[in-house]
Amino acid sequence: MPRRDDLETILLIGSGPIIIGQACEFDYSGTQACRVLREEGYRVVLVNSNPATIMTDPGFADATYIEPLDVATLARIIDKERPDALLPTLGGQTGLNLAIALHEAGVLDTYGVEMIGANVEAIRTAEDRQRFKLAMTEIGLTVPPSGIAYSIDEALRVGDELAYPVIVRPAFILGGGGTGIAHDRHELKRLAERGLAASPISEILIERSIAGWKEYELEVMRDHADNVVVICSIENLDPMGVHTGESITVAPAQTLTDVEYQLMRDAAFACIRRIGVETGGSNVQFAVNPQTGEMVIIEMNPRVSRSSALASKATGFPIAKIAAKLAVGYRLDEIRNDITRETPASFEPAIDYVVTKFPRWAFEKLPGSNPVLGTQMQSVGEVMAIGRTFCESLQKAVRSLETGRLGVNCDPAERELDALSDEELVLATAVPTPDRIFQLEAALRRFVSIERLQEVTRIDPWFLDQILQIVEERDRLGRLGLDGATRDDWRRAKRLGFSDGQLAYLWNVAEADVRARRLAAGVHVTYKTVDTCAAEFAAYTPYHYSTYEDEDEIALLTKPAVVILGSGPNRIGQGVEFDYCCVHAAFALHDAGFETVMINCNPETVSTDYDTSDRLFFEPLTNEDVLNVCERLQQVGEVLGVIVSLGGQTPLKLAHGLERSGIPVLGTTPASIDAAEDREQFNALCDRLDIPQPDGAIATNADDAVAVANAIGYPVLVRPSYVLGGRAMQIVYDDTDVRRAMAELAHTGSLGREGGLSAQRPALIDRFLEDATEVDVDAVRDRTGACLIGGVMEHIEEAGVHSGDSACAIPPPTLSAEVVRTIEQYTRALAEELAVVGLLNVQYAVKDRRVYVIEANPRASRTVPFVSKATGVPLAKVAARVMLGATLDELSTEGLLRPPAAGRHVAVKEAVLPFNRFPEVDTILGPEMRSTGEVMGIDRTFGMAFAKSQAGAGNKLPDKGTVFFSLADRDKDGGLVAARRFFGLGFSIAATAGTARLLEENGVRVDTIVAKVGEDVGVDGVDLISTGKVDLVVNTPRGRGPRTDGMHIRRAAIVHGVACVTTVAAALAAASGIEEEAQRDAEVRSLQEYHADGQLRLEV
Amino acid sequence: MNGAQLVLADGETFEGIAVGCRPDDGVATGEVVFNTALAGYQEILTDPSYAGQIITFTYPHIGNYGVNERDDEARRPRCRGVIVRDLARRPSSWRATDDLDGFLKRHEVAGIAGIDTRRLTRHIRRAGAMPGAFGTADRATLLEAARADGGTDGCDLASVVTTPEPYTVGPDDAGLFVVAYDFGIKRSILDQLVGAGCQVEVVPAATSGADVLARAPDGVFLSNGPGDPAAVTAARSSVEDLLGNVPVFGICLGHQIMSLALGAQTFKLRFGHHGGNHPVQHLSTGRVEITSQNHNYAVDAATLPTGSVVTHRNLNDGDVEGVGTEHLRAFSVQYHPEAGPGPHDARYLFEEFTQLMRAS
Ligand SMILES: Nc1ncnc2c1ncn2[C@@H]1O[C@H](COP(=O)(O)OP(=O)(O)O)[C@@H](O)[C@H]1O
Ligand SMILES: Nc1ncnc2c1ncn2[C@@H]1O[C@H](COP(=O)(O)OP(=O)(O)O)[C@@H](O)[C@H]1O
Ligand SMILES: [Mg+2]
Ligand SMILES: [Mg+2]
Repeated sequence: MPRRDDLETILLIGSGPIIIGQACEFDYSGTQACRVLREEGYRVVLVNSNPATIMTDPGFADATYIEPLDVATLARIIDKERPDALLPTLGGQTGLNLAIALHEAGVLDTYGVEMIGANVEAIRTAEDRQRFKLAMTEIGLTVPPSGIAYSIDEALRVGDELAYPVIVRPAFILGGGGTGIAHDRHELKRLAERGLAASPISEILIERSIAGWKEYELEVMRDHADNVVVICSIENLDPMGVHTGESITVAPAQTLTDVEYQLMRDAAFACIRRIGVETGGSNVQFAVNPQTGEMVIIEMNPRVSRSSALASKATGFPIAKIAAKLAVGYRLDEIRNDITRETPASFEPAIDYVVTKFPRWAFEKLPGSNPVLGTQMQSVGEVMAIGRTFCESLQKAVRSLETGRLGVNCDPAERELDALSDEELVLATAVPTPDRIFQLEAALRRFVSIERLQEVTRIDPWFLDQILQIVEERDRLGRLGLDGATRDDWRRAKRLGFSDGQLAYLWNVAEADVRARRLAAGVHVTYKTVDTCAAEFAAYTPYHYSTYEDEDEIALLTKPAVVILGSGPNRIGQGVEFDYCCVHAAFALHDAGFETVMINCNPETVSTDYDTSDRLFFEPLTNEDVLNVCERLQQVGEVLGVIVSLGGQTPLKLAHGLERSGIPVLGTTPASIDAAEDREQFNALCDRLDIPQPDGAIATNADDAVAVANAIGYPVLVRPSYVLGGRAMQIVYDDTDVRRAMAELAHTGSLGREGGLSAQRPALIDRFLEDATEVDVDAVRDRTGACLIGGVMEHIEEAGVHSGDSACAIPPPTLSAEVVRTIEQYTRALAEELAVVGLLNVQYAVKDRRVYVIEANPRASRTVPFVSKATGVPLAKVAARVMLGATLDELSTEGLLRPPAAGRHVAVKEAVLPFNRFPEVDTILGPEMRSTGEVMGIDRTFGMAFAKSQAGAGNKLPDKGTVFFSLADRDKDGGLVAARRFFGLGFSIAATAGTARLLEENGVRVDTIVAKVGEDVGVDGVDLISTGKVDLVVNTPRGRGPRTDGMHIRRAAIVHGVACVTTVAAALAAASGIEEEAQRDAEVRSLQEYHADGQLRLEV
Repeated sequence: MNGAQLVLADGETFEGIAVGCRPDDGVATGEVVFNTALAGYQEILTDPSYAGQIITFTYPHIGNYGVNERDDEARRPRCRGVIVRDLARRPSSWRATDDLDGFLKRHEVAGIAGIDTRRLTRHIRRAGAMPGAFGTADRATLLEAARADGGTDGCDLASVVTTPEPYTVGPDDAGLFVVAYDFGIKRSILDQLVGAGCQVEVVPAATSGADVLARAPDGVFLSNGPGDPAAVTAARSSVEDLLGNVPVFGICLGHQIMSLALGAQTFKLRFGHHGGNHPVQHLSTGRVEITSQNHNYAVDAATLPTGSVVTHRNLNDGDVEGVGTEHLRAFSVQYHPEAGPGPHDARYLFEEFTQLMRAS
């Protein structure tokens, strides 16, 4: 049966903000689904709270709602849009759980909305661990022995019966949330508590631990005619006990005989049929006992997942796109395979290369967190690499991570392991950490046997032997030396994935020399094609990867080409918002008649979808790999240049190398980029324009630093040079603090990894502007000097909270027109002086109506998509065109550049922080960015928009109850104002002694005086919160360090899901939000409606 | 080092290194074909249907899980050589009893590794399957050898690989008795027939129809096998005698021979179907089966006589994948329902065969 004609409007639910365990893979799947469903002629209604995503661009759906993902809001949208069907399987666990909630609340029945893809019964059977276990046993599949528990006592009883170690697995979770392996009763008690809290239905499975078994995944698709196919098999290098999302994984499975693989395939089919996923993709996970081959089923996810995104990129089979088509009635054999054109989608991809996925962690940004990998996800992103051999793909994956590594060791960073004795090294490998792969290589290099390493790590010897091949080749090459290397040697080295950088380190020569000598030896990169069929059929989609073989498959360029560099793995400070910019550039430039070429290595993204750009190169974003692509393309046609300013810092770092090699860098020149990044140059520039900056100077040692600090006056901000996302930045209030900070920054210090202190890398010391209002501006300037101010964003939290972590609003709620004018004027001046062609982001701090510039980045910023959603101006598209010579004038006549929609609504962006995954980390916001994602609230007024942004961020504001105040002295005045407003709104007030006194003196009645944490007299804040007596916490930081009262209070708030704000500004915003919510209930409007409204005149 | 080359009959040359057995003259020749299966190299290497051919594996890592007795499809490999990108040096599997290199040496199969197998595959796709030669000998020698090799056209290779003597598998008390023609039969097929409740007597390819009928079988099975079906003339006439007198089920070469016996014609495909992922549609139900495939020839649908119908088609290229004739109680498929290696989607056909026999 082809397309269903009984459906007209289809509702899609996105997965909300980027969080650990749910990254932009669901932007990818959702975007594909939107595209497909509209191509099929359906009316698509999309709901997602995340403004940074591509799917929430008004162009992708007929009605796009950026609203909080909760039942009440969804019900309003359904009431307004009256969809015929809901497709719940493409919005991650969030979309799935919300669909269930809507069903349970009776909303779907009331409005007659049909769930397509997976039905409620199927979702429950898959996600409810107990039902799943029964269903699998019923069809004769084995599961590890286990029991279900709804309470600690039940959990302990099950644990004792099973015998330890056991694993705790909550129902309806994502990214292993709340899972953990307990080795004894005591541990189980702790984990069970956490697990019960993690499960929305507080149900946990206690299961015998089979840590150490091999872990596999199959990506399976089914159509309504019950045709089932496996798209991809994935083998985890890290055995059971390390979450698949935390594991190095490889496709296809490497160490299964066909006999075993086919049994696993049969089991996966039986599973998807029994669970009853009618159409679409599912992910089935298995474990295999390496000694006996015994196979057990671990879980199945009845939806598109992180692994499906990986599988799609790994095979060229677009799972999400096909899933959407199946959901509306098509059969697999009725859908064509885009890549081969003549063959249908009802087949199983055959691949002739090896794919390696490597996770990216951010432990360094989360002080106190413990970098040990387990069954809970902690990684914030991932990379994928393709090679003709495992070694090649592994080494490419490692250098894709951008952790400064050039491959599996054979680089300067490997020296960190020299300190360890052989025995220490072996023991280190026993604990899974981000460094394990490097430890393994080092151990093998020290002649530790594969058997020994297998024994301690349980990693399959096949993988260990592969790493040993890297070790042996390195050893051989080392003995040969640069001059000894023949063509054969170069070829062997490159075929094992060695980067020129590794060889340069090995031979102690410059990378450029290695490259020159390699090319002289006639060893050139070749590009192969990902074609789903191992070359059995001709492929029409140019989706390429590099390797060192005989034949290259690059076709001639048909039009002048533009290379767009993506942003690599998601990480804190650089995420989906940059992918948004790159994808928009690809669309805009394609439409403008260029051939667009994307280079990126992040499998979760839309940019790495083969039909986003005209050509896709799935490659690491390093100088060598990018240069290879550009030079190869130059051989087959005209390459206009490379866009480095849309993918965040990653491509920006490559600008100089490319320019030096004669590859044109489009838009703002690398020289101007330096002028903005380099401290001295930028100061000089601001002086020329007399734009005020906070006083500051540089220092290379503690004494100088103290001198500087005293000269400019405390508090000061201390930070290393050349860092991102406010890395290692500290606010210090006195001499001792300065000395401590400097000590930490020194090579020997805890932050020595940041590069230490030297004349080349001095510490930057600035006057810290206290209680200043921070402002972000995004602007575009064209080659003629015309400059468009995209948006002026006023931060809610004061300067000192990293721009990425603070909420901000468009238009600025409190800034005077005059200040805004000054800011716009400064921005234009900076753009002019920096000769920006493209995007410019400037951050300001406003104190006492004086505007200081904090920094200027001549590149796309994190806020570009937010601004575009708030105003309807496609900044990234405009910037891309401008970089290729178009003027703003031309673009507005062309219609691409529309005047911003403003005046009738307010948009608030709120950051989403990963603290629930890192309970040991203090939640207090500072100049170091720690958020993983963001949400947007949009409404008629600031208050409502703010309230929505809080709800979207999972920080729902109460409408009544008790507000608990605990304020730092310098916040008391502002706090008083806030307290008055809450009091006026009918909240009862609780406060710590000091704060209480102040409030009472000023006529605010305090109902509960709260004791200091640990004091045995009276209830302390933690008791109060954990006993549910508090509905909102206002706690502003006092003193530093993890042991303070404040930290205990904030942690309690997170654990018990109580709304919590850590700045007075946010408290005031919350008050207005609550006030307005009380007056009228929230309304929902689509972006399209907002953008249609109130268009202003275009000022450029 | 052990440098080696692969030279195709059209002169295309590839660099690699010699692995497995080393022929004294440093030359191995045969028709070069490629297989796209991701796993199951041992089953493929031991499938007698590859007699006369050199197998290229498109998946780069071959040998990862070693070899074991239980996965052999026949007593020994019949292929002329194997071409891989990377031969695993350390296998890993609880089932492994040897590594692949040892296996190749033991069975005197020459191999070449380090080849850009994707380039080779793309070349064969464009130019068609052709003879080739590889080894440590010099290029001229290899080219000559490649040109000298006739390929498989017009060769009756079934008579080369068939069993010299009849033998029986399966219990005496099995409900059904099947005579199976061995044109190069795979172990998996016998396992499936026995599993479906049959005792099977495997007979040489040259056995006459009368001989077979004299054994009073409930049904006759026509096996897979190597070479050009049109060249296996003896078997064709035996099958002509059988059709209509006893239920018949054929697989691969058996399917082609049955079709020829029905009066249809076969033709050679450009580079054949060799892999484990081909979608085949069961025309009567519309269901799609993912199938294991290994054939260079196919049946020309247009030449099928009335009374015989196409039951299965390949969704990739529309080739005939199955033929049935109700009045003659015979059916056959081009692909491999027994898998070994490959998906199990089509195993139901063995049940259908037993039902057909019981019905008669
Ligand atoms: N019985 C078990 N013993 C040891 N490890 C296990 C067991 N079950 C699951 N795991 C590990 O926990 C990880 C997460 O469990 P899973 O149920 O897949 O969580 P999620 O649903 O978030 O993917 C798995 O990837 C696996 O490594
Ligand atoms: N002089 C200052 N006074 C107050 N806050 C500051 C000052 N300089 C920086 N900040 C705060 O530190 C944050 C990070 O500084 P920034 O220069 O943007 O680092 P990065 O470039 O790494 O993002 C800013 O968002 C701002 O909140
Ligand atoms: Mg899982
Ligand atoms: Mg799950």
